[in-house]
Amino acid sequence: MSETLHRPQLTVPLSERDHVLGPATAPVTLVEYGDFECPYCGAAHPSVVQVRQTLGDDLRFAFRNFPLSQIHPHALQAAEAAEAAGVQGRFWEMHDLLFANQRALELDHLLGYAAALGLDLDRFALELEQHTHEPRIREDFMSGIRSGVNGTPTFFVNGVRHNGGYDPESLLQAIRESA
Amino acid sequence: MADYPNGALQAGTPAPDFTMQSAPDQSVSLADFRGSPLVLAFYPADWSPVCTDQMALYNEIHSEFERFGAKIAGISVDSAWCHVAFAKNRNLRFPLLADFHPKGEVARRFGVYDESIGMSERALFVIDGEGVITWSYVSPIGVNPGADGILAELEAMAPAQVTA
Repeated sequence: MSETLHRPQLTVPLSERDHVLGPATAPVTLVEYGDFECPYCGAAHPSVVQVRQTLGDDLRFAFRNFPLSQIHPHALQAAEAAEAAGVQGRFWEMHDLLFANQRALELDHLLGYAAALGLDLDRFALELEQHTHEPRIREDFMSGIRSGVNGTPTFFVNGVRHNGGYDPESLLQAIRESA
Repeated sequence: MADYPNGALQAGTPAPDFTMQSAPDQSVSLADFRGSPLVLAFYPADWSPVCTDQMALYNEIHSEFERFGAKIAGISVDSAWCHVAFAKNRNLRFPLLADFHPKGEVARRFGVYDESIGMSERALFVIDGEGVITWSYVSPIGVNPGADGILAELEAMAPAQVTA
């Protein structure tokens, strides 16, 4: 029997483990599954910034890792860097730096970003070396797979996969339609 | 001319037999996959202009398919030579089958050939170890169907595979 899977839903709801911007009580929740080396995610980043500015406290935004490591050799390590910054309270700063420097994701670059953010470098480097955050990234990835993430970036608006474009207008329209 | 199904074959239907080139010097048939679940992923064409196409996604989660003892193969109307270049470029770890001559014949037999564009639809079939279709799904052509439906079906099949 064929099934209707055109509009898959987020199967793992947001929780304390997630990286979230905006109030928990916001009427709109936007979740992105992204890859720091994916140029389309890089292109989507300013859109998300603009949508957040437009909606202000009406929007809660979360980012989950979906590194396509077979085609993007630096994606997994970049995700690990974001998570390693996250445990030091600077996830979003690293997230922004990575998207701003998608062509500079070698280890030396990542250490440089960590230094620029004033992170504990020894701890940061050790966690990258030991792949401390890889299991969590894998969890993100599999939650995406089981929610119908089919590439990057994939957005969910209020828990439903957004199939349209990721320019600010398309995202805002999807948000209006889901309200 | 053979009778082709009108729409994608549904669960419970024996999968039509096929023989396709999996490499310029190699062919595979449905019978070669007997004994383990098989995922057939029909897609319109190699080289779609996005970095995270359907085949790249399946490549990322190849180990998940292996966990269920399942094989996966991609199918398009591209030739074996084209598939070789595409698979090499994307570092694919599973075979791409060439539904090239007669063009689209296998897609027609599975009911997923789109005559208007001369390519197959984006269609997924899960076939059990006995060669029977247990799940099928056709995605809108522009929408990559992802992997959740496939994995849910393989999970559902798994107990039967174990007790069989």
